[in-house]
Amino acid sequence: MNRNDIRIHRISGRGITIRGDDIDTDQILPARYLKAITFAGMEAHAFEDARAAAKVQGGVHPLDQARFAGGKLLFVNRNFGCGSSREHAPQSLHRLGIAAVIGESFGEIFAGNCVAIGMPCVQADADTIAALQRINDAAPETEFVLDLAGQTITPGACVFAITLAEGRRQQFLGGTWDPTAVLLAAGPLIEQTLAELPGRA
Amino acid sequence: MGQTLYEKVFDRHVVREVTPGQYQLLASLHLLNEVSSPPAFEALRERGLKVRHPAMTYGSSDHSISTSGRHDDYADPMAAEQVRTMGRNMAEFGASYFDPAAGEHGIIHVVAPERGLTQPGAVIVCGDSHTSTHGAFGAIAFGIGTSQVRDVLASQTLLMEKLKVRRIEITGRLAPGVYAKDVALHMIHVLGAKGGIGFAYEFGGDVVDRFSMEERMTLCNLAIEAGARCGYVNPDQTTFEYLEGRDHAPRGAAWDRAVIEWQRVRSDDDADYDDRVVLHADEVEPMVTWGTSPDQSVPVGGSIPTVDGDVLDFMGFTAGEPIIGTRIDVAFIGSCTNGRLSDFEAVALHLRDRNLRVAPHVRALVVPGSRRVRTALVERGLDQVFLDAGFQFRDAGCSLCCGMNADRLEGREVCASSSNRNFRGRQGSPTGRTLLMSPVMVAAAAIAGEVTDARQFFGAV
Ligand code: SF4
Repeated sequence: MNRNDIRIHRISGRGITIRGDDIDTDQILPARYLKAITFAGMEAHAFEDARAAAKVQGGVHPLDQARFAGGKLLFVNRNFGCGSSREHAPQSLHRLGIAAVIGESFGEIFAGNCVAIGMPCVQADADTIAALQRINDAAPETEFVLDLAGQTITPGACVFAITLAEGRRQQFLGGTWDPTAVLLAAGPLIEQTLAELPGRA
Repeated sequence: MGQTLYEKVFDRHVVREVTPGQYQLLASLHLLNEVSSPPAFEALRERGLKVRHPAMTYGSSDHSISTSGRHDDYADPMAAEQVRTMGRNMAEFGASYFDPAAGEHGIIHVVAPERGLTQPGAVIVCGDSHTSTHGAFGAIAFGIGTSQVRDVLASQTLLMEKLKVRRIEITGRLAPGVYAKDVALHMIHVLGAKGGIGFAYEFGGDVVDRFSMEERMTLCNLAIEAGARCGYVNPDQTTFEYLEGRDHAPRGAAWDRAVIEWQRVRSDDDADYDDRVVLHADEVEPMVTWGTSPDQSVPVGGSIPTVDGDVLDFMGFTAGEPIIGTRIDVAFIGSCTNGRLSDFEAVALHLRDRNLRVAPHVRALVVPGSRRVRTALVERGLDQVFLDAGFQFRDAGCSLCCGMNADRLEGREVCASSSNRNFRGRQGSPTGRTLLMSPVMVAAAAIAGEVTDARQFFGAV
């Protein structure tokens, strides 16, 4: 099973807006689901508490809004995915059909976990995020094109700049975001490094 | 120009630079838990891969394990399945397991140091954020995601970018009744919960030099709550004395060689840091968090600040009111932050022979971080001190820190907690509320039934 031939240059699709700073991994996926020993079915629990809370308050959470159904690009704000190192949160979003997350900034471990499942977290400045969210809310049928090669996101006729750490960008473009095979390729070098560690003689 | 410990340890573990700025890094110790490892083992099986270095791989069931005293006692079938799966995976892939059936279990960040697995100069990874704890020994120790767990199992390596290093110098004298936990919460308050993003935090200064290993572990444990991927303390005599004679520590001539080597990994005096911060310990008071991020804290004599957003509504606080007097429902002493012998001893010192009782409306849990800690407490008769005071004295595990077993908050309960995270929903109830503080402050709150200044409450001991 080698998924390393999957290069990710551009992702297009409609958007989902989830507003708020500091949305931590426990909000994305409540900790009670961390006990599952497989990721299968994790999508059903994404933002479960926030969705229930919205209902109680007479509202509808973005993930339950018909106008956003089938969205692939998730528009978020600052420090999205802060908190725990568990991959359950990105997995739940990925299995929900999210292919990329666009925000002002991200929790570091979360963003790293997203790379490893082929779901880029790309950054844009606050004004750009606000504009993207506005466009998506006003016209949820808009098709966005996220171009990792050109580092842009294009809703209709507008073009906005996005950024992504260069190392990570190359992983997506080169199809090396699934690292296991890349790491194993170092074979003997691994054992040599290990043998040279002090105290290993 | 000299080097920091971080650079020295990182460099010697680099296998190769894969893409510019991205390194294939060797892990010299891989720790596993029952929550983040099962999907990684599943991925290995799917690809027909083995664990490359089972002898460098150790696991414990800590998050979901029952603390009722019977390790196979589960109300929740999912928790039972996780723990069973852990035992199966460890056996199938040949890794070492701290088996609950043999009474060896505990929180992995408590167990690995007490067994002498955590050593200076190592790169230690685990699918858990609080892996930063192990940095107390002068190791680079950081949390990884499940796919990185898979990578390390398969290759003993992972992809890593180099962090910047911020030197945090803590100087002065701690006032009586002020603990490493308070220093850490103060540090997070000053530098911010996101202030450490992109950094490794090197803790030093005379306060840290005087800290015991357990205090250093508390400090490094909370580095992640300051946003730093890892925190560490340069190894010194305190480190070596702690390690000598432990199960996995080198012996004889190998020990002498190891100590020389460990001294070499210390940051050089002329090391070049990306940033430096000095914190004055004299100013630190017992800290209590009032919000849903670990940097939202005040000294116990302080008041709730005015803030934007709905956090005060969630917490049930009004801006301007003192934090003292906040009624609590639950008290929790334990976790990888404050679940070690010295933490419980500090509390027991205040309870012993005092005829103090937990307030009738409070549910109070003492949960040792490991079976070994529990056994040591029983040997010292401290279990009885806690039981006499009306605390539950439970078996080892994460327990109420993460609310993944039967120990959890109900509804909007308020918990005085010696753990590390006050995020919404963290302790098992989506509306539950967490106030982080030191173990002694938790004990005082348990008895008073409300947040109180432990220094006055207990008086001088
Ligand atoms: S005690 Fe809490 S923070 Fe520590 S490993 Fe367990 S759940 Fe994580």
